Amino acid sequence: MNNAVQTATTVTLVVNGEQLTRQVSVRRNLADFLREDLGLTGTHVGCEHGVCGACTVKVNGAIVRACLMLAVQLDGAEVITIECAANDVITDLRREFHVRNALQCGFCTPAMLLTAADIVENNPQAGRAEIREHLSGNYCRCTGYQSIIDAVEAVCRSRTKS
Amino acid sequence: MDIYSDGARLLAGGQSLIAALNMRLDAPQVLIDLNGIGELVGIAQSNGRIRIGAMTRHADIENSALIAKTLPLLSQAAPLIAHPAIRNRGTFGGSLALADPAAEWPACCAALNAEIVLASRKGERRVRAGEFFNGLYETVRRSNELLVAVEFEPALPGERAVCRELAPRQGDYAWAGIAIQALVEGRTLRNLQLAFFGVGDRPVTAPHVVAVLEGQTVNSELLAAVRNALEQDIAPASDPQCTAEMRMHYAGVVLERAINDLLRNGGTE
Repeated sequence: MNNAVQTATTVTLVVNGEQLTRQVSVRRNLADFLREDLGLTGTHVGCEHGVCGACTVKVNGAIVRACLMLAVQLDGAEVITIECAANDVITDLRREFHVRNALQCGFCTPAMLLTAADIVENNPQAGRAEIREHLSGNYCRCTGYQSIIDAVEAVCRSRTKS
Repeated sequence: MDIYSDGARLLAGGQSLIAALNMRLDAPQVLIDLNGIGELVGIAQSNGRIRIGAMTRHADIENSALIAKTLPLLSQAAPLIAHPAIRNRGTFGGSLALADPAAEWPACCAALNAEIVLASRKGERRVRAGEFFNGLYETVRRSNELLVAVEFEPALPGERAVCRELAPRQGDYAWAGIAIQALVEGRTLRNLQLAFFGVGDRPVTAPHVVAVLEGQTVNSELLAAVRNALEQDIAPASDPQCTAEMRMHYAGVVLERAINDLLRNGGTE
């Protein structure tokens, strides 16, 4: 029986609408793959054990921690990072974040925007408590969260009014 | 698994395992990725029992209408697990196989005494949740066995369920928590099934609490007796997050709140 351990492999995936084929080390996590191999540095690496949420990206439509997936698991998957997330929801969130000072250093902001867009798109009726719960896995060490919740709530309300 | 034995790790949702690898807390020879094995995914009802595949994600249980109807305890517990992005990846079977004593799913399975299905090349065996958890991150699963599914008896009409916990923050591991299901008749609870989490080295059932509560009218005297019984059932340890005394206190708080929730409305019937 062949006991040789595979240490690298080829993956084909769609990142931000573009199909790519890359040779990856099997130990490479998705966050490092995006940043180091693809140069997409909008995905930030904070804690590297799933607590801070700064590496949040979308895989096959669902928000996930990029530090807790391996690049080899992404064969055939569709990944969206903050670099490509320039839809109406993200544009509105960026404006409200800006207006309300919902960011200071900006380290958490890309992941905060993707996580916020997830609730605006899937549950725009959400009240403050639900918004807070949905963002609870994303740490911000600057703002104290109130202005972030305010911004997301404003975008949710603009969606439920129209 | 047969080749590498203890040198292999099974990669389910990876929400604990990859964190451990990132922090160099573990260095297995090989990872065996279970993602992509379709047979391990899904929630189904057959012969009156509910079967949850090991690779079913927390979010799929949270959003399942069948689970809400038949296993309301799981619907109540799911939103307490970590955060949305974690629930999109983490798996039911992974949580049980890891056996973190502060996790929600092991306690739910212990409360309902679910049947855990383990498979190896030699065949299948079934272990009740009450015998599955062996201690801190320890289970009776052997290194050549895969946890493939968990089977439950559905809740009976009139049975209600509550999962309650006290944690430092939303989504954190609980200082103390409870998973409880009962048939509610006025102010009386019957068919009590419960387990605590975060208060021992594994999910902890509470036979003395059940004996005091079962079939009795809930009032302030009974609740005082329940608190006394609880001290016979659990003996939490101190750790840097929480002292033993605080954990004991929190366990009493979640128990009393859960009883009141059950009497008021407690989940879906």
